[in-house]
This record gives sequence, C-alpha cells and structure tokens, in this order.
Amino acid sequence: MKAVITVIGRDTVGVIARVSGVCSEMNINIEDVTQSIMQQMFCMIMLVDLSRCSVPQEEMRRRLAEVGQEMRMQVNVTRQEVFDAMHHI
Amino acid sequence: MSILNTKDILETIHMLTDQSLDVRTVTMGISLLDCISPDPGRACENIYRKITTRAARLVEVVEEISAEYGIPIVNKRISVTPVAMLLGAAPGADPVNYARTLDAAAKAVGVNFIGGFGALVHKGFGPGDERLLQAIPEALAVTDVVCSSVNVGSTKSGINMDAVARMGRIVRATAEGTAGNQCMGAAKLVTFCNAPEDNPFMAGAFHGPGEPDCELHVGVSGPGAVRAALASLPKDAPLDAVAELVKRTAFKITRLGQLVADLASERLGVPAGIIDLSLAPTPAVGDSVANILEEMGLESCGCCGTTAALALLNDAVKKGGVMASNHVGGLSGAFIPVSEDDGMICAAQRGSLTLEKLEAMTAVCSVGIDMVVLPGDTPAEVISGLIADEAAIGMVNGKTTAVRVIPAIGRGAGEVLDFGGLLGHAPIMPISRYSPAVFVGRGGRIPAPMQALKN
Repeated sequence: MKAVITVIGRDTVGVIARVSGVCSEMNINIEDVTQSIMQQMFCMIMLVDLSRCSVPQEEMRRRLAEVGQEMRMQVNVTRQEVFDAMHHI
Repeated sequence: MSILNTKDILETIHMLTDQSLDVRTVTMGISLLDCISPDPGRACENIYRKITTRAARLVEVVEEISAEYGIPIVNKRISVTPVAMLLGAAPGADPVNYARTLDAAAKAVGVNFIGGFGALVHKGFGPGDERLLQAIPEALAVTDVVCSSVNVGSTKSGINMDAVARMGRIVRATAEGTAGNQCMGAAKLVTFCNAPEDNPFMAGAFHGPGEPDCELHVGVSGPGAVRAALASLPKDAPLDAVAELVKRTAFKITRLGQLVADLASERLGVPAGIIDLSLAPTPAVGDSVANILEEMGLESCGCCGTTAALALLNDAVKKGGVMASNHVGGLSGAFIPVSEDDGMICAAQRGSLTLEKLEAMTAVCSVGIDMVVLPGDTPAEVISGLIADEAAIGMVNGKTTAVRVIPAIGRGAGEVLDFGGLLGHAPIMPISRYSPAVFVGRGGRIPAPMQALKN
C-alpha cells in the first residue's frame, strides 16, 4: 500500500521535518524523498508505505492537510497505483 | 524516486488539483426485466427492491475508493432498462408511478440521477411505448432525479417521424410542466438517434436489453487537463503535434477511469462494463471543450474552423483512450453541451456560437445539440424539425446524435436560464422561425439509408 505525498508551494523552513514528523506519529514509513523547484514553486515528493499506518484513512489525510494549511502549502496524498496507471504502459 | 518520475507525479497532481481532472461518473446499469409484472403495484415493489439491493453499497464503495486513492469521483448514478419495456405487460399501469418508484429508489441509495424512464421507438411503437411517451412531462415534473430518453431513429431502421413529431410536443410540455423551476424537466429529457445501450452519462443513460443483469460503467472527463497540455505547446506547432498531445493526455485520463472501474467492480462484485472515453465539460472556468478548441488557435468557439478542430479533438480522444481501456462504449468523444461549458456559454453570449454552427459540430462530436436554451415561444414542430435534422445526421453518419433543448417558457432572446450545479446556465439562443409543420406532420418513417445495408 504505497502512496505519494506531494507538498507544493512557496518554500519555507522545515517542510521535510514537519511532514516526516507527522508521518512518524502515524507510523507511516518514508521510503524515498525528492525535492525540486519547478516554475518557482517548491515541490517535495515523498514515497511512503501506508500498510502499517496507525490511523484511519480520513484521519491520515486530515492531519497531513492540516500540516499543509499551517505551512500554507498544498499537500496531496495519492496512491501509487494512480501514477502507475497513468504513466506506465 | 526510483520507479516514478518527478515530472509525471507533478503532472498528475496538477491535473487533479488545478485542471479539474476527475472521474465524472460511476454508473451502475441494472436490468429490470425480471421486475415485470401485470400488477403495477407488484412491478414497482420489484423495481424498488432490485435497485436498492443491487446498488445498496454503490455510493459508499465509490466514495471509499475516491478517498483512499486520492481520485475525485464526482457522480454516482444508476441506469435501468427502458421503463416502456415493463409497461407492455401492465396495460392498466400509470407510468408516472414507475417514475416515482425510480426516484424513491435512487434517493434511498443516495445516487444523484437515475436514467431509463424511456423507450426505444426507432422503428415504431411497441406495447407500453406510447403510454410512456405521454407520461414523460408529468413524470419529470413530479420527480427530482429521474432522467428520460427516447430513441427515435437508427442507421439500421431509419427515423420514426411519428415519434419525432410527438417528441417536439413532449419537450415543450415538459418545459411547461416545470416552468416554475427553470424548465428543468426538459434538461432531463434526451431524444436520441443510434442511442448506445451502455451510456453512463445523464440524461441519456439507460440499460439496454442486450446488457447483462448488472454492471458498472465509468465515464471519464478532463477537458481542463487537455487544455492545459495544449497550452504548453507552441502556437506554431503543427496539428499532428496537437493530435498527438491530445492522444497522450486522453490515454492518461482514461487509465484513471479504468483503474476506478477495476477497483469498483472488484469491491462491489459487479462486472465492469465499459469506459466512456468522453471529454465532459463543467461550468467551472477552464474545464471547457470550447476552451480546448480556442487553445488550438480559434479566436472564439463557433468561428470558421471550429468543426475541423472538434473533429481532430474527438478522434484523438478516442485514439488515446481506446488503448487505455478494456472495453470502450457509451458516447465516447467530446461533448458540446452549451450550458455546462463555460467556454460555450461565453461564445454563445458574444454571438460567435450559433445553433446552426452547433448543428454542424454535431456531425463530428460525440453526441448532439445538448443543453441549448430556446426562446419560450418556439413551436413544437420547430423542435421536432430540429430533432429530425439531428437524427438524420446520426442516421447517415452511423453515429449517435441527440437533442436536449430547453424551451425557456415565458422568456425570450437575451434572457438566461440558470439550472445550477453541473447543468450550469445558458443564454437563450435564437432559432429559425420558418415552419417545418407540414413536413413534420406527414409522419411515417424516413427509410434507412444505404449505409444500413452492410451485410
């Protein structure tokens, strides 16, 4: 049960720390992290494993969205299958 | 990211967040053939029980998939066997009670539309068909979520002009019956030629007699994503490059639909039916088929060149989508509903998009004259003439065409009807006042064209 967490917005201090902190609290394992600046926007992408997540789906999404709001950045959680379907033949 | 490419991930996230990409509908097709009874009360009980049993978990499961995977899925809907097929066995039945039953069952399971209060009369009227047609205005006035469609022609059988004449009057009567509510009834009534039996999109969805007992269809969308992709292309890029980019984008959009279809089918234990490869616009700014045509290089949708641009778009959407899905069906192509498409509304308001141009566009788009608001005093025979024209385009070209027009009762040119939600709003479009009454009044059947003789 892998998913991709994307964080997009104006760069600010501690983005990785904040998101990975919340992931840790919910027992979400981070497998890979990458970040870049695209079209003057900061983009952080995390590949995570949700299979041992300790909270229900809705709560996980709500807590990550809250972190996004606090940092004024857009946070999305999308299952890996979505990207596989759209970008792999 | 070892497996996934950063650019691909961000492209998908932008499509889902800024470009209104969504799965437009998951529609459960349910056969009502085993609900037939000569006792109308018993038939309605059977219908209610079957729909509420089969679709009991539809909304819950689809919402669960949407939340779990991070894919917006806008509508959950149901299509059923054309109700006229149930009426033949019950000569004393009031079809309106069947419509009320569909309405109640749909509300009980929480879907936002149920389609199938209709009849297939392309070659003539069977038992139950005429009663159903007569009941349409009242049925659409007393229900909230029931949609109706009537197939009046096909390439194989020609056009039933008796039905066409009636549909002109029925469209008017339906608008009159809901005049106090933006003539909403007429927005839920479609007159088809070559109607597909597995269409998941409303208002024309029904579950054809050749379909299995129960199946799941998915209608994809994504005009905003296609427009955004085209915006990144230089303005001097040749049209081959435009077609290629549309194909690639349609492929991605459709794969999303196929993923949802597979997941929903597995979780509900219902076979997956078809994916409808459609670009279905919404009134949201930017989520517009008209804007795609303008992005290709037209000053305003409806100008000369629009039909060619739409033909390219319609074909590329199918070519991209067909490889991304297991079974293609429904309407599949680019929709051009006026009130549901922000770009079309603007084009109609500034006068660049006329009804005559829309008719030409329907020769190359996926359906027909859709969500067009006509002056309130448009005579029934003029609407019938418009239906006959559209049916002829569909019959000769071997494609689906349809008419969904809303006579704005009590209003005239320059005024606007506002349906709200996905149905949007539209200015009243002028239509030719010259009368086809004698032609329409002849009745009979326009014979099937030579194209029908393929065997």
